[in-house]
Amino acid sequence: MLGAFKLVFGALVVGFLLIPLMAILPLAFTDSVFLTYPMSGPSLRWMNTLAESDAWRRSIVNSLIIGTGATIVSTLVGTLAALGLRRDLVPFAGVLRSAFLLPMVVPAVVLGVGMQILYARMGLASSYTGVIIAHAVLCVPFVMINVSSSLAAIEPALERAAASLGASPRRVFTNVTLPLAMPGVLTGAVFAFATSLDEVVITLFVAGPNQTTLARQMFSSLRENISPAIAAAALIIMILTFVLIGVAKLIPMLKARKAAAEA
Amino acid sequence: MAAPRRAAVRPKADRMQSFIHFESVSKNFGAAKVVDELDFHVGKEEFVSLLGPSGSGKTTLLMMLAGFERPSSGAIHLDGRRIEHLPPYKREMGVVFQNYALFPHMTIAENVAFPLKMRGVGAAERESRTLKALELVQLAHLRERKPSQLSGGQQQRIALSRALVYEPKVVLMDEPLSALDKQLREHMQLEIRELHRKLGLTVIFVTHDQSEALTMSDRIAVLNHGKIEQFDTPTGLYDRPRTRFVAEFIGETNLLPGTVESSRDGEKTIRMADGTGLTCRDASDFSPGASVMVSVRPEMMHVAGAAGENRIEATLDDCVYHGDHVRLHMHRGDIRLVAKAHRRDAQAAMGGAVGVSFRSDECTLVAP
Repeated sequence: MLGAFKLVFGALVVGFLLIPLMAILPLAFTDSVFLTYPMSGPSLRWMNTLAESDAWRRSIVNSLIIGTGATIVSTLVGTLAALGLRRDLVPFAGVLRSAFLLPMVVPAVVLGVGMQILYARMGLASSYTGVIIAHAVLCVPFVMINVSSSLAAIEPALERAAASLGASPRRVFTNVTLPLAMPGVLTGAVFAFATSLDEVVITLFVAGPNQTTLARQMFSSLRENISPAIAAAALIIMILTFVLIGVAKLIPMLKARKAAAEA
Repeated sequence: MAAPRRAAVRPKADRMQSFIHFESVSKNFGAAKVVDELDFHVGKEEFVSLLGPSGSGKTTLLMMLAGFERPSSGAIHLDGRRIEHLPPYKREMGVVFQNYALFPHMTIAENVAFPLKMRGVGAAERESRTLKALELVQLAHLRERKPSQLSGGQQQRIALSRALVYEPKVVLMDEPLSALDKQLREHMQLEIRELHRKLGLTVIFVTHDQSEALTMSDRIAVLNHGKIEQFDTPTGLYDRPRTRFVAEFIGETNLLPGTVESSRDGEKTIRMADGTGLTCRDASDFSPGASVMVSVRPEMMHVAGAAGENRIEATLDDCVYHGDHVRLHMHRGDIRLVAKAHRRDAQAAMGGAVGVSFRSDECTLVAP
């Protein structure tokens, strides 16, 4: 009885997670001009639209530029924050930690309006720097959470051992702490890139027409005309995300296999 | 165990020359005094155990020596130099941790080479010294493995070899064998002792296992509530405990309460509450009138024949067979007594009432 219930519940959850994606993605290859079923025939016309249309092409490039920038900035800041707040040595460490996690809880609209006002004063409005910083703010919590958990998993005796064996604090960090925290840093970076890639709300507030990202382009084209180009763009975003997550999962697996092969 | 103990060959005065010196060292954590005004010396090439129950301050003492904790007051000298202000990485001490603390992302060889790398030793020399240190623990064939692929005993030997590779002045061990099973632990005890002799190491060994301390050490500092109860050789601690805590913590003991009646030339007469008189010849200096406990080890209690001057009557409760010996559990009033006897002697004791005797020079007086 309970077993059957579990199975049905599990199937429902997976269904709700996957069916919407399954439904939209095939439309990337429709030959019709409408984003609806039934598909009259397969074609690559909407893929070509993405590649040829100036707006779509630019938005993809923008997403890559902004995503990369935001990933670098947030990985740096998030890692440093996780390290700094690691041992509660800083006064108000708990408050600071919550502050870093705030962008995850605060409604994006609120953050977006605030940033728009702030950026207007600072002259960052409608600039790549502005969008990168805005995205980085959103990404920092993901990096910090991942790095913090991999730091917490480091046995404290390891760093003491390194110090007792003659490593200065700097060398303890580069030789022991950082390598052991690396999986968390990489996972955090992947999450950061994925977050930046599909961020729309804040981008609407802080980006100018030149910084239109793929997600933003999808959003606005959705309002104008519901063309299957959106499905094609969604497919691209998903492929990028899957590749990234795959890489993040694959690195530790390959490492483990290499270690096993050497032994 | 081939080579004779070096310490035994050298004159005693040289051995006792202070190499490590704790000078009225205290450590407080908030209001709690974890280490209380400790003063002691450790000689070069000595194997000293810090023994005590948990919370006795033994680990804190070790951490202060390693540099992970600063004394709240007092000074620590190593080889004539004050070190209490030095950070751990400048102290030249090899630390072996309870859970080995091998770097999981490095191979065994990289782990052992780590302290040499930190000291800027060149690659070629690093390799040969690493190999030598691994051969010392007979694990050179595992050098390309990762720590996770080794058993607990192997990991501990690697940790040992990593702590020895750069020839530190002192090797500190924090309950290094407590995670191993009994058989492996006993094997490692012998192996560590062997290394200590062969390399002439100065070792400070923290443990809560009294038999481990007795087996391995030149001297043992018994700690309780942040103070040293007694700092002595294993035989000294076992045969001449100075306090009740030591008598009860090291091995097993029978305690007979009484009052000192007279004391002459080290020979004390003790009167028990029921009027029984006991004589005790030991180094303690209790004056007449003092309440004391006479501490007698179970194997010094004889149940057959009159082997000692002191004789008391007791009632036998149980006789437990242990293979090579039997243990007789007895009581006299509300005092519980245990004697360790040979099987053939136990026969004589059957029947309820037992006469136990012990020699006056095989018991000690301790404060109650």
